[in-house]
Amino acid sequence: MDTMQVSTMCHHRPVTAYKTSIGMKLLMGITGFIFIGFVTGHMIGNLQVFLGAEKLNAYAHTLQSLGALLWVIRLSLLTFFAVHIFFAIKLYFQNRASRPVKYVKEVNVESTFSSRIMIWSGLAMFSFVVYHLMHFTLIITNPEYAVLKENLDVYSMMIVGFSNYWISAVYMVAMIFLALHVNHAVFSVFQTFGLTNAKWIPLLRRIGNIYALIILAGYLSMPVGVLLNIITLH
Amino acid sequence: MNLTLYVWRQKNADDKGRMEKYPAKNISSHMSFLEMLDVVNEDLIEQGVEPIAFDHDCREGICGMCSLVVNGRPHGPEKATTICQLHMRHFSDGDVIYIEPWRAKAFPVIKDLVVDRSAIDRIMAAGGFVSINTGGVPDANAIPISKTDADTAMDAAACIGCGACVAACKNASGMLFVAAKVSQFAHLPQGKVEASQRVRAMIDQMDIEGFGNCTNFQECEAACPKEISIKFIAKMNREYLKSSMAPTKG
Repeated sequence: MDTMQVSTMCHHRPVTAYKTSIGMKLLMGITGFIFIGFVTGHMIGNLQVFLGAEKLNAYAHTLQSLGALLWVIRLSLLTFFAVHIFFAIKLYFQNRASRPVKYVKEVNVESTFSSRIMIWSGLAMFSFVVYHLMHFTLIITNPEYAVLKENLDVYSMMIVGFSNYWISAVYMVAMIFLALHVNHAVFSVFQTFGLTNAKWIPLLRRIGNIYALIILAGYLSMPVGVLLNIITLH
Repeated sequence: MNLTLYVWRQKNADDKGRMEKYPAKNISSHMSFLEMLDVVNEDLIEQGVEPIAFDHDCREGICGMCSLVVNGRPHGPEKATTICQLHMRHFSDGDVIYIEPWRAKAFPVIKDLVVDRSAIDRIMAAGGFVSINTGGVPDANAIPISKTDADTAMDAAACIGCGACVAACKNASGMLFVAAKVSQFAHLPQGKVEASQRVRAMIDQMDIEGFGNCTNFQECEAACPKEISIKFIAKMNREYLKSSMAPTKG
């Protein structure tokens, strides 16, 4: 008692919220929630590929015509992404340090597989986002898309891209990681913000499972649609 | 029955520690887990071996002193049962049992299976109390408290502070314990007055002690011998949000 610092209620100077464990979790939650929204919107937008080239390319034009606003959105997303990753890594190392000696016999009772691999599915998503931006946005990995990109022919870019087995495989594996990440994220966001009770905890876990499956099915349908010639160039 | 035990032996806080193998012979299925260890210790004493040190007090499942991780599970495999209340009938002849101490930076090993849990006391000292003397038991109708609030506060107050939640958590987080204490007070009128300062003070102390952060694994709830629900962690998060949005007091 005498060697450790004790902060009592009466003489307490609160630690800045974002430096506390719950504060950091709240930041993870709020940025994560934004990405659940982004991932959903991005999926719905791109699913227009099934409606034909005109629809999808018109959607791409609408996004591009946002001009300055598009950049505000892009930079905000990048900032949220950086915050989410920064605190994820910080929390990961703090958590590891909290148990310096591991158990000889380690078992899992309630924790789900997806909850235990959040840091790894997250890092997989990070690597994927870097590749995805180099592939379709910055046109670094496949310079041959440059002409299509100039004409904003997103439809052809997607089909040419996914016609390559390797590229399709990378996207599909990444989407499995995304689904695993989302699976735990949905429940976690609500729990972190205190928006749960005994009744909603199991329900939100199930909603998380279903939501992850919807995200997985939606995103996988695109490369699969291209590979099965359901969506074609002409 | 006869069992094979692998027990964590560690001379003191500075010793590195290791698992040692011991036979447990002629164990009655009516014995509690701790009584089984008593028998093993008597054998060890006869052989001139230092007996296994482990924490225990009431052996009735209410004091929160016993603290063994059995086959990877704090308080063993039975639901809502402290290790002192776990009976050997839940094991079978020939079983191999791993016995380890609570593992957390905030709970350093003192000797063998005994860990220092004073971090929990310091969190209580930071805010786990009501500052004024609330006097004797008030008349039943003097301070109206809804049945729901009374029941919820009682559910939270069932926490015996054993630290199994920390031991079970993959991050060695103390959130379920702190959440139970924060909620117990926050649901009652006497505790509500200081709810805002309390949640901040207790969480700050929890962080100082080096507990991990909550990742919503839900392992704590499964290990808790008093079945404290993680809904209290949500409650604490709400209290914390409210507190950090409120104008700073004192």
